[in-house]
Amino acid sequence: MHINEILFWFLTALALFSAMMVVFSKNPVHSVLWLIMVFISITGHYIIMNAQFLAIVNMIVYAGAIMVLFLFVIMFMNLNAESEPQKSKWMKFAAVLSGGSLMLILIAALKDNVGFISSVHGEGSIGLIKNLGKVLFTEYVVPFEISSILFLSAMVGAVVLGKKEPSNTVS
Amino acid sequence: MQVMPINYYIFLSVALFTIGIVGVLTRRNAIIIFMCIELMLNAVNVLLVAFSKMHHVAAFALDSSTTAGTEAQLFVFFIMVVAAAEVTVGLAIIVMLYRNIHAVDINFLNRLKH
Amino acid sequence: MSKFVFLIPLLPFVGFLINGLGRNFLSRMLVNIIGCGVLIASFVISILVFREVSAPGFTASAIDYFNFIKAGGLDIKASFLVDQLSALFLLVITGIGSLIHVYSTAYMKEETAPHYARYFAYLNLFVFSMLLLVLGSNFVVMFIGWEGVGLCSYLLIGYWFGNASYNNAAKKAFVMNRIGDLGFLLAIFWMLSQFGSIAYADVFTKASTAPVAVLTGITILLFVGAMGKSAQIPLYTWLPDAMAGPTPVSALIHAATMVTAGIYMIARSNVMFSLAPISQHLIAIIGISTALLAATIALKQNDIKKVLAYSTVSQLGLMFLALGVGAYTAGVFHVMTHAFFKALLFLGAGSVIHAMHHEQDIKKMGGLGKKLPITHITFLIGCLAIAGIPPFAGFFSKDEILIAALGKSPILYALGIMTSVMTAFYMFRLYFLTFSGTFRGSEEQAHHVHESPLAMTFPLMVLALLSVVGGWVGIPALFVKDAHLLAAYLSPVLTSQTAEGHHLSHSTEWTLMGILLAFILLAILFSKKLFGKQFKGENTTEGVPGFLANKWYVDEIYDAIIVRPINGLAAFFSKIIENKIIDGLVNGVGKGVQFSARQMRLLQSGQVGSYILIMMVSIILFFIFQLFWKL
Repeated sequence: MHINEILFWFLTALALFSAMMVVFSKNPVHSVLWLIMVFISITGHYIIMNAQFLAIVNMIVYAGAIMVLFLFVIMFMNLNAESEPQKSKWMKFAAVLSGGSLMLILIAALKDNVGFISSVHGEGSIGLIKNLGKVLFTEYVVPFEISSILFLSAMVGAVVLGKKEPSNTVS
Repeated sequence: MQVMPINYYIFLSVALFTIGIVGVLTRRNAIIIFMCIELMLNAVNVLLVAFSKMHHVAAFALDSSTTAGTEAQLFVFFIMVVAAAEVTVGLAIIVMLYRNIHAVDINFLNRLKH
Repeated sequence: MSKFVFLIPLLPFVGFLINGLGRNFLSRMLVNIIGCGVLIASFVISILVFREVSAPGFTASAIDYFNFIKAGGLDIKASFLVDQLSALFLLVITGIGSLIHVYSTAYMKEETAPHYARYFAYLNLFVFSMLLLVLGSNFVVMFIGWEGVGLCSYLLIGYWFGNASYNNAAKKAFVMNRIGDLGFLLAIFWMLSQFGSIAYADVFTKASTAPVAVLTGITILLFVGAMGKSAQIPLYTWLPDAMAGPTPVSALIHAATMVTAGIYMIARSNVMFSLAPISQHLIAIIGISTALLAATIALKQNDIKKVLAYSTVSQLGLMFLALGVGAYTAGVFHVMTHAFFKALLFLGAGSVIHAMHHEQDIKKMGGLGKKLPITHITFLIGCLAIAGIPPFAGFFSKDEILIAALGKSPILYALGIMTSVMTAFYMFRLYFLTFSGTFRGSEEQAHHVHESPLAMTFPLMVLALLSVVGGWVGIPALFVKDAHLLAAYLSPVLTSQTAEGHHLSHSTEWTLMGILLAFILLAILFSKKLFGKQFKGENTTEGVPGFLANKWYVDEIYDAIIVRPINGLAAFFSKIIENKIIDGLVNGVGKGVQFSARQMRLLQSGQVGSYILIMMVSIILFFIFQLFWKL
């Protein structure tokens, strides 16, 4: 067994298990930590596929910044396991049933249509920072700049939403 | 070089996506639901990168200087950009919600009807 | 001259536009000049056209102006046909029209400014439509004119629209005409499908190739149209009611011109009618029945205009009798003479009404002869003409019709004589009650009675002259050989079927004529004895006289068998169908939407979880459809 293959199976198992734990752990803080594990394993997948740039971005932005934000919000609200009421059994059953059937359907759909064996691991350097950066700052410079405006507006929006409204507080 | 079927990545992605959906459906905590949405987004990202790689490898066999597949990776990058912005605003909304109803339970959101 | 033919109808139309649009600011004088001027100009052109047409060697041909409808094989042109028949009608319409316009300037003096101009605008529009009717070279142009005169008739009957009963009369006239028009329209369609064209020239040349049954159908439908327009049984009841309009209107539209449109139409299509004997019999029967019925009703009417109206219906019946027995020339001849003397009688009646301050009841008149000398004399001439006393106009035309009827059947002749005798009786009843004896109106009326101004008496005098000499264009061969100028003039247009009528020996004709004259004179003397000196009142409530005074209860019968059931049906539709079924349907849809919305609203629980679940299920279903149904 090639090292890549071993790594693939290990990371896949880790990702799936951590994802399960995100959904099923009672404590939101645990959920956040498990989600970070999912992101780390996905980063591992990126590295196997030689997508170095995305691996780094995923690690820094998702596992770092975004998850810290989540953690911060949860701690800020002082949520713990007991504070969250559970949904009814029927609802959970229906949810799992529909999720499962969606997976079945998707697999049934994709099994036949993309049934060919195709090499994923192999030569290629498009995922390197140098190559992607070149394309990003030449062909895709306009969307890139526009995304900075998006960030700016998101920031302004967050500040506006987070501002305490003087009169409209429901006790 | 090792040959790895694209199907494995498809199944991984579908599995992650489904877990995300189950999470969205079963949990009532808005923050957890939000996190599950992030999970689904990442499942899609993985798939995009895998397809990009597959595409590139196929093209590479014919021409070693090809840049096929670059766009998909950039697309993933932009998805991450949008996701980051979304998380910012989304969390701000959740904070706002918590301040108003002192809970992050989506079942209380039906108060918006009134 | 024929290149100016288009001016004849165009001028009245221009007059209509000017008077109609400028009714608020044109001065009365200007309205008079425009209203009468355009007609007199048309009359002058008509005379020139007539001179050209009557010249020897004239051949009629259609003058095309533009394509009215052109679609596929269908080609309907707006074109005029000037021939002997239309030229004669042009003269009658524009001539009598001009006189009546002049008369109206005095008769309508009391109207306020915009209404005065409105009156003349309508009148001009009417003349325009009527001219279009007679000038058209195909049935569609004729139909346009036909509808136009119907519209103007409606507008003018309801001219005093403040009065509800006048409006009802106008509506009645319009609706009854509409029934007839439907027949005419169907006939046009049928002709179109049978002959592929509705130009007179094409239709009449192809008519002999069509099966008799088709021709019979077409001609009967045409006759239905004529029934409506020319007030024949069963569509005649609108004409007496139409007397609600101003008297000059009654003279022009409801005596001299419009009501003769049906006769014109049948005379124009005489080729087809000659080929359809069944239709001809029908026309003769309807004509003589109408003539008799209207004459009996006229015996007991007390409204001066109603008597004249029924007399008009009766005379129209005689004209249809002439058409029905194939004496087209006699029919057209009677149209002409009738136009003269009936316009004269109506205008005379208008003069009397004017003098009596809009009193129309002859029981309240009497002894007016001395106070209204011109009206008196001219009215007497009119009465003599309609009664058929030689040498007045009516004698010649009526005699010709009766002789032609005798050629077909003695029964028609006998009934025709009865009609003539009754005509003489009721006309002289009217004359004696109005002009001789003593005055029976109020003191105030007696004080105000005065002769009408010159604008009114001048047309009376001209028409009286025409009523005397108008018949001399058709002197029968009995008196002078080959003196029937009209028959010779019209012979290119009208086929003659009356040849057999001339088989009678001259002595027989003399005898018959003498007997008829004797009867008529007896009738006149009888009415003088009854009404000449002193009017003692009449029995108008019971028995046969009451039956006649109430017009055979025809209006009541129509009311009972047509109007009431239709009203009932309408009430049924409005109460049951409209309220219950249609409203129920509409409200039901509304209620259904409300109900389903109330059920659907339960889905909008506000539970985000359930929304997501529904979304999920839908996505799964989409996938399933996409995968397994391959839509």
